[in-house]
Amino acid sequence: MKFLVVCRRELRSYFGSYIAYVLLAVFLLLSGYFFYSDLIFFVLFGGYVLPTGLWQYVFLDMRLCTLLVLPLLTMRLFAEEKKLGTIELLWTYPVRDGEIVLGKFLASWIFFLVMLAPTLLNPLIFYRFYQFDVGPLCAAYLGILLLGTAFIACGVFISSLTENQVVSAMATYGILVFFWFLTWNEEVADERIVHVLLRLSLFDHFYNFPRGVIDTRDVYFFLLFVGYFLFLTWLSLGVRKWRGVR
Amino acid sequence: MIHAEHLTKRFGAFTAISDVSFAVERGEIVGFLGPNGAGKSTTMRILCGVFPPTEGRAVIAGYDVVAESLRARGVVGYFPERVSLYLDMTVREYLRYVAEMKGLDPRQRRSEIDRVLTCASVTHVAHRLIGTLSKGYRQRVGIAQALVGEPRVLILDEPTAGLDPEQVAEMRRLIRSLRGESTVILSTHILSEVEATCDRVIIINQGRILAVDTPHNLNHRLRRTSQIYMEVVAPTDAAVERLRGIAGVAQVELGAPAPDGATALTITTAKDLDLRAELAAAVTAAGWGLRELRPVALSLEAIFLSMVTAPESPAPGGDHEVPRRLSA
Repeated sequence: MKFLVVCRRELRSYFGSYIAYVLLAVFLLLSGYFFYSDLIFFVLFGGYVLPTGLWQYVFLDMRLCTLLVLPLLTMRLFAEEKKLGTIELLWTYPVRDGEIVLGKFLASWIFFLVMLAPTLLNPLIFYRFYQFDVGPLCAAYLGILLLGTAFIACGVFISSLTENQVVSAMATYGILVFFWFLTWNEEVADERIVHVLLRLSLFDHFYNFPRGVIDTRDVYFFLLFVGYFLFLTWLSLGVRKWRGVR
Repeated sequence: MIHAEHLTKRFGAFTAISDVSFAVERGEIVGFLGPNGAGKSTTMRILCGVFPPTEGRAVIAGYDVVAESLRARGVVGYFPERVSLYLDMTVREYLRYVAEMKGLDPRQRRSEIDRVLTCASVTHVAHRLIGTLSKGYRQRVGIAQALVGEPRVLILDEPTAGLDPEQVAEMRRLIRSLRGESTVILSTHILSEVEATCDRVIIINQGRILAVDTPHNLNHRLRRTSQIYMEVVAPTDAAVERLRGIAGVAQVELGAPAPDGATALTITTAKDLDLRAELAAAVTAAGWGLRELRPVALSLEAIFLSMVTAPESPAPGGDHEVPRRLSA
């Protein structure tokens, strides 16, 4: 249960500094504004006449806020400890590498939940004026939750590779945006390759959720993605065993 | 308590330590003495489970540091050379975190934290953020975290580095107070530190153990000759002549004269001969002024040089030299 100790320290560190609150504020401001403007757009320009549902607008925008904020959340996890040197002591406590990875991941994930929870207010207020079908909204939230979890797992891994937080955040952006743009240029790639790329694209697996569709293949994809990157993180921590510590 | 057998650690082409073997008994305080880059920290990190050795094995309290890493780490308290603490926590919060990481019983946690706070004399800053503490205090907090859980083995990497003299004395007191309770390995590149605190010394240079012995024996064996520095107010030639005449004096070297005309001399005597009283008597008998008289301490470099070139060593010093015990 040592991962809970690691997790609690990380959470303390998050909420003990104002950076967390800035991230939180920016995320809520942006997602609130997006919700508002998407709702206005939706109501003014057709409502249910449009082939695209309201949640698709809202959550595709929320996805961008998540992409913006989460790498900044995960960048410090290992990078800071490496820079400060505190990680060396961590290695000497009777705790498994896996527990360290899990604890840090969990801390970021809980922060993400804290970030996401207040955005529920937007549809909740909307619901008072218009009783929409709640099902698709739940699917959309599940989607953004899975997507964000994948971002975090990727960020945790990148953070374990470097001791520079800027590098950590930037490289995470790089990978995530690459996974996003992977299928943008379908014309130049071979059809068969596009087929494979589509399967790999992080964001293509997301689009079903805001439509109100929960496809288990998409869920599995995200879970695998998370598991894979956490495993890579665990491996990367083991590098010290043959490469040494600075 | 600690057994290291043929430890070798390579980082790529670089060999940090090579064939390091030693044993430390329960309750002993052992000093690792060596210049910077000798391999002290590497050896200590292996013992603490930071990384495994490339070859060889180490056993702490019966647990192999690689195969039973978690258990071995459970009995070790470590103080790293670069003391790095979470600056955004208060001392008490931090120690609580350490206690949890070391898996202490929650019921004992509070009293244990109070104990180590007292031990490391940081009780009065317990509520302060570590980031606001001075270097000396951070060092003590570092010691406190090592002491949490009363580990059977303490591994302290240069615990006195960067402290002011008063703090150094205090740190040594603290380490000496652990004698008997814990087995302690500490590293340093200061000879006097080892003499002040350790039961035994392991001298390490360029990744190899050169000698294992008590500080006293080591001093003894290393000094084939003793040197004494003195400053006298006297005619130079007469002084040199007179001092040369004393039985046991092998050589009298003339140093640069002091600005006010006093003569500086370095007297080399045969081994194990303390001629300070005779020298003083000779100077005063001649009616000269004696301004300074002190034994010349061997520098660490001089020790290593004499370790490698010592003519009485059984095996010639060389690349394939095996660690040898100097004591009989």
